[in-house]
Amino acid sequence: MKARAHRKEIRKYSVLKVVAQTALGLTLVALCAVTLFVLARGIPHVNTQLLFGDYGMYPSIKPALIGTLYLIVISILIAAPIGIGSAVFLTEYTRSNSRLTRTIRIATETLAGIPSIVYGIFGYLVFVVALGFKYSLIGGGITLAIMILPVVVRSTEESLLAVPRILREGSFALGSSKVRTIFSVVLPCASSGIVTSLILAVGRVMSESAVLILTIGMVVNKIPEGFASPGTSLALDVYYFGSHGYPEQAAATGVVLLVLVVSINILATVLGKALGRGELVDG
Amino acid sequence: MGNNQIDTARDSEAVRVEEGGAALNNGGLPESSDMYNITVRNCDLYYGDFQALKSVSIDIEEREVTALIGPSGCGKSTFIKTLNRMNDLVEGCRITGEILIGGRDIYAKSTDVTLLRKNAGMVFQKPNPFPMSIYDNIAFAPRTFGIKKKIELDVIVESSLKHAGLWLEVKDRLKKNAMGLSGGQQQRLCIARALAADPKILLMDEPTSALDPISTGRIEELINELKTEYTIVIVTHNMQQATRISDKTAFFLLGEIIEYGTTESIFSMPKDKRTENYITGRFG
Ligand SMILES: Nc1ncnc2c1ncn2[C@@H]1O[C@H](COP(=O)(O)OP(=O)(O)O)[C@@H](O)[C@H]1O
Ligand SMILES: [Mg+2]
Repeated sequence: MKARAHRKEIRKYSVLKVVAQTALGLTLVALCAVTLFVLARGIPHVNTQLLFGDYGMYPSIKPALIGTLYLIVISILIAAPIGIGSAVFLTEYTRSNSRLTRTIRIATETLAGIPSIVYGIFGYLVFVVALGFKYSLIGGGITLAIMILPVVVRSTEESLLAVPRILREGSFALGSSKVRTIFSVVLPCASSGIVTSLILAVGRVMSESAVLILTIGMVVNKIPEGFASPGTSLALDVYYFGSHGYPEQAAATGVVLLVLVVSINILATVLGKALGRGELVDG
Repeated sequence: MGNNQIDTARDSEAVRVEEGGAALNNGGLPESSDMYNITVRNCDLYYGDFQALKSVSIDIEEREVTALIGPSGCGKSTFIKTLNRMNDLVEGCRITGEILIGGRDIYAKSTDVTLLRKNAGMVFQKPNPFPMSIYDNIAFAPRTFGIKKKIELDVIVESSLKHAGLWLEVKDRLKKNAMGLSGGQQQRLCIARALAADPKILLMDEPTSALDPISTGRIEELINELKTEYTIVIVTHNMQQATRISDKTAFFLLGEIIEYGTTESIFSMPKDKRTENYITGRFG
């Protein structure tokens, strides 16, 4: 009786296992197909003219590399302090089930689920039109910051909540103020998670296109002169080249983007682990 | 019945800002080091609607070890946390009655909670070193209270570690992460970390319950040495431990102190039937 039930259990288990393995297999095949196809089409066309040349007879992604860098710097500089600050406020200064916390939590979750083109329209209407920035990297960067903010808040919050309560208590029991506890114990303990989430946010900024089409102007052939000038990004260049008769360059830019995003993700994991193992420094 | 209502930490912090200078008076605690006895009168404590302490009154002598025993859930941890106001951190916790240290009401509005906690160091059940170097762990409280010079910190770190009987084991790796120490060493580190704040009182909540017998023995020896200088209150689950290290014992049951007296009298001739049942292992 018992043995039969056991056999049934095993059979159920193996069916599940086969289903799971098939699903995993299909996922891997799809992933490899996309990656290999882009790499195969793109790698032959990655060359110094494309990467570092001046945009003239032949296209170049130098303006996009610089534009992308601008966008990363702007969006992270804005989203990191505001996002981390909000998360600290939510976890350390409000009751976990207060109405304020719940409202903000629902709001962040909703914001995280909004399609990025909607952020794009927002950025366009506010920065390009209403504030008169015209198409600019700063307008696009701020819009991106707003877009990644909910993700930064959520993941920072999770990292903060993961800091054991006994460490906070240990700090308070030594006579530390709340501020000292937060800055010397809680935030450092959560740093690996926070850094990881910021790097992942960089990845999102790099690969975003919808927001930028409407905000930075997609000027593919000029190096941006500063935060206020219009520009382009890698993802936009893929779109531009693809729709303007440069399929090889589109694929090659795709390769560059792919390599950068994958590296960013690896960096996030490695750095997260290294920080997680490491020790904090006080004083 | 003297009672002052304390609602939350928030209130008292607001008050502290208002009173400014007056509050710096050593946390409302006496300056002289020879008055650190603890007096508790009619202390009731509620977690929301649940009453966790019922009219607790006790006189804890300085430079003695007072053991708190009783079955789990009877309010020992709750009680010990009222002595350094760690209960302020618990939402919905309300206390009435009087708790005096050296004759001063630690729940008075003028009390500086940070100084109270500096003066009444706490050691927890589970060792909780910060994930930083051994040195930084010990220097944590001194830095909080404004000591920044390396020479001064070096002296404090060394003397605290010596005091806690850990110096010889760690003196060559002060810059190493404290998380690399064994459980027993971590707990002695936590004791050293509390001592570095220069407290007068040590509150220990089952400090050896997570440790092996050898580490437990070392900490018990340490408590015996420390009691010449500090008022020690220790929660323990272990009757033998209470008899080995304490001068006085209080038996808690369902939030009340059933019996309090010298450890010898409590264990050799308990007056209350319930105490007798507990110490002879008939329940709890
Ligand atoms: N933060 C809290 N909120 C609500 N009830 C609590 C809290 N902490 C402890 N209690 C309750 O108070 C009683 C005493 O707990 P505690 O002081 O931890 O007991 P002991 O340390 O003697 O085992 C228990 O019934 C426990 O469930
Ligand atoms: Mg307890």
